[in-house]
Amino acid sequence: MSLRIHQDHSRFKQIVRGKIKSNLRKYVQKGEMIGKKGKDTISIPIPFIDIPHFKYGHKEQGGVGQGDGEVGQQLSPGAVQPGDGHQAGQGEGDHTLEVDVTLDELAQILGEELRLPNIERRHNEKIVTQKIKYTGVNTTGPESLRHFKRTYKQALRRQIAMGTYDPARPVIIPTREDRRYRSYKLQELPETNAVIIYMMDVSGSMGDEQKEIVRIESFWLDTWLRHQYKGLESRYIIHDAVAREVDRDTFFHTRESGGTMISSAYKLCRDIIKADYPKSAWNVYPFHFSDGDNWSADDTRQCIEMLREDILPGVNQFAYGQVESPYGSGQFIKDLREAVGDSNNVALSEIADKDAIYPSIKDFLGKGR
Amino acid sequence: MPKSLTPPLRTLKEEIEGHAREFGLDFFDTRFEVVSYDELNMVAAYGGFPTRYPHWRWGMEYEQLSKGYEYGLSKIYELVINNDPCYAYLLESNSDVDQKLVMAHVYGHCDFFKNNFSFRHTNRRMIDDMANHATRVRRWVDKIGVEKVEDFIDRTLSLENLIDQHAPHIRRNPDPRRAEDEMKSNERVEGFKVDREYMRGFINPSEFLDSQKKRVEDEKQKSKKFPERPQRDVLQFLLENAPLEPWEADILAIIRDEAYYFAPQGQTKIMNEGWASYWHSTIMTRRALKDDEVIDYADRHSGTMGTRPGSLNPYKLGIELWRDIEDRWNKGRFGKEWDECDDLRARRSWDKKTGLGREKIFEVRKHYNDITFIDTFLTAEFAIEQKLFVYGFNDKRNSWEILDREFRKVKNKLLQQLTNFGQPIIEVVDGNHENRGELLIAHKHDGQDLKGDYARETLRNVQSLWRRPTSIITRYDNKGVLLRFDGQNHTEKKIDL
Repeated sequence: MSLRIHQDHSRFKQIVRGKIKSNLRKYVQKGEMIGKKGKDTISIPIPFIDIPHFKYGHKEQGGVGQGDGEVGQQLSPGAVQPGDGHQAGQGEGDHTLEVDVTLDELAQILGEELRLPNIERRHNEKIVTQKIKYTGVNTTGPESLRHFKRTYKQALRRQIAMGTYDPARPVIIPTREDRRYRSYKLQELPETNAVIIYMMDVSGSMGDEQKEIVRIESFWLDTWLRHQYKGLESRYIIHDAVAREVDRDTFFHTRESGGTMISSAYKLCRDIIKADYPKSAWNVYPFHFSDGDNWSADDTRQCIEMLREDILPGVNQFAYGQVESPYGSGQFIKDLREAVGDSNNVALSEIADKDAIYPSIKDFLGKGR
Repeated sequence: MPKSLTPPLRTLKEEIEGHAREFGLDFFDTRFEVVSYDELNMVAAYGGFPTRYPHWRWGMEYEQLSKGYEYGLSKIYELVINNDPCYAYLLESNSDVDQKLVMAHVYGHCDFFKNNFSFRHTNRRMIDDMANHATRVRRWVDKIGVEKVEDFIDRTLSLENLIDQHAPHIRRNPDPRRAEDEMKSNERVEGFKVDREYMRGFINPSEFLDSQKKRVEDEKQKSKKFPERPQRDVLQFLLENAPLEPWEADILAIIRDEAYYFAPQGQTKIMNEGWASYWHSTIMTRRALKDDEVIDYADRHSGTMGTRPGSLNPYKLGIELWRDIEDRWNKGRFGKEWDECDDLRARRSWDKKTGLGREKIFEVRKHYNDITFIDTFLTAEFAIEQKLFVYGFNDKRNSWEILDREFRKVKNKLLQQLTNFGQPIIEVVDGNHENRGELLIAHKHDGQDLKGDYARETLRNVQSLWRRPTSIITRYDNKGVLLRFDGQNHTEKKIDL
């Protein structure tokens, strides 16, 4: 059954989508969105979706409230509906509507706006996974799923009805029959698996700004690939002269001083692929970010060799992003371009600053590999 | 779609309706419909109506309601519309005790709709009119196109609060008969009739004639001005005077109709919600509750009555005020003797056993709106007992804080908040500003500045209807300002007020 409101609802969503699209470039450059990520959705501030009225500035207004507290006491944040004061002649103000957009939708919008082709999958094997969904309340179940509040209420209700509840001594004892449990259903989800192996140069020359760029860019790469594949894993490798695998948090927050040996990362990457991601079942995406200042020409040679022989034949696409650092941008991208630039599963991109993230996403994802 | 009541619900309805009548509530025939939560969210997004004209903001509303429900942040309990018969909705997944509570609450609202004076002129067939509005807008959409119609609705909705909230049914148009008066006043000033010519100088001294002439001139001058005096109903002024296409005028008229229909609900929010809460609580606790329902009822009731420090809960304030009035009139705590009694101890134990409480509240629910209700019945004792305070924004600490608990200030702030439904008062001052057909509107400043960016956006929308440059007079930081939008650019000019 379809409700009448659905027409208005989809019109609203269409407007929101349009707003997101027209602001996409701005959103792409902004890191704070990533901080607003829920499990599957992200809150995006949309300017000017509400209908303007002549009204008072909220700060001017104040009001009457009810409750305890001394004069001068601060009201807890969130107690007052946030609003914005006005300043005559001031700009737009920040009356924005936060809309929840699913990552999937966001990826679609990104795809439309950047005209990204869908990825050609190398592997279509369906791996079925099961997902538990808690849907209701039952009178039986494992103790670990006991619904405390419902059980308690049931017991209280029974005791009152039986006249055994004593307000002076409010002890509630649930019996077997009072117990309530959360119940669940198993859902089967078919999956096509993919893994992203992020590699980042954390040597001294890579500063916070460079890492921020990598962080933002990786968010969008993640979002797009997750839209294309149901199951997506991510692995993280940091390197200076040596490489090690870390968790996501460490990945973005480590800073080493030391030189750069890119080959160390590629070696680790190769080993990870070999150990955990057999060609037959996985779509593999190594992404490497560096400022391109490799230790020696010899190391670069090793990198290229490894790419040609071990990595490129087994992956969907290898991508290298060279982030410009205050110490200049290095030679590495040029070497790669010369050596492997014409292979069709290599994507290379130079990212000068935050503005360049947007086109760079296109460099990386535009091949549809 | 909505289902009719199941037999058990019908029994509940009969029971609750019986209690409500026994207590003296007087309501239109009330129809309950059982809906799923999804349908309830839809109806709520439409302001309680099953159909509204197509517009994205209902979709936005619906999205927010659905999300609030899914995340467990909010749940709509009652929804009732002022119509004859009254329509109200029951959520199908609710427990019996919830349904009873909702029904009892609804009868309170229906009684209020039927009897409170603010609703006397509301359209009691609004459910049909809303459907007609929807049809009319849909027809224009077919003819003119979605984009154009939607865009126009966006712009008019931006002006929907520019009506004369407190006097929806006073017509302030120039009366054709006045034109005749004007004709008369155009005649030459001759003074009083003179029988004996030599007396003329005494009967009509030249100063008198001059002043008469001047008065006529002034009158003429005044009648040239249009509107003759400032007009609060900006929408009506635009309807009558802006160069609108027929379809635009039709839509503007629809928006204005609906705004007037909803206005009394805004003006009686505290009374109305308080009244409904008073009655659900009375009916439930005195009559309808079964033993095993007490906990769930208490849980729901306290959920509705909860207060947060930075906001005022109309349900809570309302119910407490109603109870206070009933209590005071039961104990004879009113009148000259009570007012003049300074003895705190005597006041505390004052009980004349007058027993007039019930009668009094029924009378009050007839003749007051939120402003007069608060003004008349909110006492210092009550404000202290209910822990009311004024809060405001502290710029230095960049936070909201409690400013004052003094009774006078609390009451004044409350009244100020309620005046014109908490909205700025805007009037059309001149439809021929600068003698160039420009529109001049004015904000009657009452100590609070307008939100600047919103004001400019709204001004832009007024201009788009008037189609000539449009200005608004207001005040920022105590200085007079004229904001002007000429269709291209916004300008801002300091002016003396």
